[in-house]
Amino acid sequence: MKTHSIDVRALKRAPNARDASNICLEVEDLNLHYLRSQNVALHDISLSIPRQRVTAFIGPSGCGKSSLLRCFNRMNELIEGSVFRGKVRLDGEDIYAPGVDVATLRRRVGMVFQTPNPFPKSIYENVAFGLRIQGVNKKRVLDEEIEKALRLAALWDEVKDRLESNALTLSGGQQQRLVIARAIAVQPEVLLLDEPASALDPISTLRIEELIYELKTRYTIVIVTHNMQQAARVSDMTAFMNLGRLVEFGETDTLFTNPRESQTEDYITGRYG
Amino acid sequence: MPTPTADSNFVESSPLRKGVRRAEPLVWLSAGSVLVSMALLIALVGLLALRALPHFWPAPLLLIQSDDQGPTAQLGESLDARSSLGGAEDLLLHRGGEDLFGSPLVWIDERRVRDRTTPLDAIALDRDSLGPVFGFLVGVESHGERRDLTAQSVAQQVNLVRVLSLASEDGPSTVLTREATLATSFQVRLASGRVISIPATEVRNVYAPNAMTTMEKVGHFFSEVGRFLGESPSRSNVQGGVFPAIVGTVTLVLLMTILVSPLGVLAAIFLQEYAQRGPITRIVRIAVNNLAGVPSIVYGVFGLGFFVYAVGGSLDAIFYADTLPAPTLGAPGMLWAALTMALLTLPVVIVSTEEGLARVPSVLREGSLALGATRAESLWRVVIPAASPAVLTGLILAIARATGEVAPLLLVGVAKYAPGLPVSGEYPFLHLDRQFMHLGFYIYDLGFQSPHLETAEGLVYATALLLVTIVLLLNLAAVMLRGRLREAFKAEET
Repeated sequence: MKTHSIDVRALKRAPNARDASNICLEVEDLNLHYLRSQNVALHDISLSIPRQRVTAFIGPSGCGKSSLLRCFNRMNELIEGSVFRGKVRLDGEDIYAPGVDVATLRRRVGMVFQTPNPFPKSIYENVAFGLRIQGVNKKRVLDEEIEKALRLAALWDEVKDRLESNALTLSGGQQQRLVIARAIAVQPEVLLLDEPASALDPISTLRIEELIYELKTRYTIVIVTHNMQQAARVSDMTAFMNLGRLVEFGETDTLFTNPRESQTEDYITGRYG
Repeated sequence: MPTPTADSNFVESSPLRKGVRRAEPLVWLSAGSVLVSMALLIALVGLLALRALPHFWPAPLLLIQSDDQGPTAQLGESLDARSSLGGAEDLLLHRGGEDLFGSPLVWIDERRVRDRTTPLDAIALDRDSLGPVFGFLVGVESHGERRDLTAQSVAQQVNLVRVLSLASEDGPSTVLTREATLATSFQVRLASGRVISIPATEVRNVYAPNAMTTMEKVGHFFSEVGRFLGESPSRSNVQGGVFPAIVGTVTLVLLMTILVSPLGVLAAIFLQEYAQRGPITRIVRIAVNNLAGVPSIVYGVFGLGFFVYAVGGSLDAIFYADTLPAPTLGAPGMLWAALTMALLTLPVVIVSTEEGLARVPSVLREGSLALGATRAESLWRVVIPAASPAVLTGLILAIARATGEVAPLLLVGVAKYAPGLPVSGEYPFLHLDRQFMHLGFYIYDLGFQSPHLETAEGLVYATALLLVTIVLLLNLAAVMLRGRLREAFKAEET
């Protein structure tokens, strides 16, 4: 595929993405624990997520990878009794600093959840949702933005004739792509994907993976997955987590072929998890 | 004591089929309960219909000759029969003519009845203020000129009375002026032989039930139903229609719905979405649930004390000080009744809305928040629409309760007879300060306060049937709306 070759070349131009301007999200000494619920706590996590790359979080169930992801758009705060310590910087700004508007932050950091969660509205209104919240109500602008988002999410051709029908009539895979379209319609910088394909069949999964591959030229993507093959296929960087700690973080190729930590090796060779 | 361990072991070890067999008595029991409920409902509506509908059907006029206290003749509708001490039957006859006989009802000892006929020329004349008269038309007097009518057929007689009294106002032959009617009166011979004169302006309806064909009876039936639904009551409610009571009931329920929905929904949103989970929230929730169990008359007393006297009284002191002590708002009326009813139905709406909100999947809220919506925006755009079918379920229950409730209304605004409707074409269209009539109270008033219950019994049943029908119609409307909303927000099923 043509796009693939372009991306491979782009990747080769900046293979390491280490310099500061290319860091999108920077996590420093992140600690998270819960006072009331049994969710996993996170301990002393520090990592830098490069811009316009796909970073995957892998690890056994309950290792805290989803919790970490939710710290990037402050969704962790929705759980009562969560206590956060540390710093998360988006383009150098601390998103936990006092005075940061959470709604604005969440517009910059979009999120897609494990189960497709389209609103019980029309396909059109689903994609328009984020824009309408920002006060965009002109039909011409909306039409244009919605088409753009749906095309980007590779859903336009399937739904262009039925934009007014209920989003819940779509198949699971289509719903998940619709949710992605909904997230990118507000033009975020970062896209957080929390196991986006775990509820889907293999063909839909493949389509989502292709979509991720194409979207990374525009967005910084962080994906949580329990599927190591998926992480290997779609990501540039991979973080392996276990028991609330970051065990190893590095380039995907290196991490999978030549892991530094024995824990990582045990996990990716299937000894546990 | 049975051995619970053995029992639970059995449940755990038994395969599915055994479980089903064990459940069978439960299936029968539950199905039986449904059957009993349905049978009760059908019996209720059936009884109402059975007793209500004959009220509109023209009853035959019986001419009874008896030797009770000397030879007497009575003409009237047979209402009831009871066994007297001697073992024979007593017959209750409605002979009309409240002003002529003292009581329109008379018991006749069957043993003394010599003859009983249904004379074809007997007519029933309904009068506006004094009720029906049963007899035979003998003449008509117009402008002092008398005309004998005994030679005419009963159909001609009825037609003549209709034309002259404008009883058939839409007839093409109605060319007579109001003056002509004013100067006309009819001579009617009663069963006793006495002849009375009835002014044409008094005549409301005339018919000859014994000479009617079935088609004519059907026509009479429907015109009586029409009068019942469309006319105002007269003769202290025992005659005429219930139109003002229908308007009062429906206005009250709609007003109550408009008041209770925002209040209940907002309270439920606060309890479910904003209030911190803790002992105080729990106590508030228990209190709300218990409010549903407070007897309705207590709400009536509260409504009278708080809304009518405290709120209404203070408003009077501020805005209508010049007309005091005559109250303007400080008297029972539609607004206070609607507010009291809203209070009464508030717990139902709160509880079912809360349940609806709790059932909205959390992924929907998160999806909305993740797009940069604030909490209020998520609630307004996603959560409340998805919970709207549950809100409507609450409203359906509230409507059902409010329509049938009479006790609190006695204190806060219902009237036996209200001269003005709560809605009208004149400014300000909705008269919230007015007292109003209500079907539930109408039933109570007619059934327990009317001077001759036996003649009003049919009306009581008919009003009860109408009230049940209105509850069903209001509920049906809400159910259909809910169905459409469910279609639109299918999320609940996923």
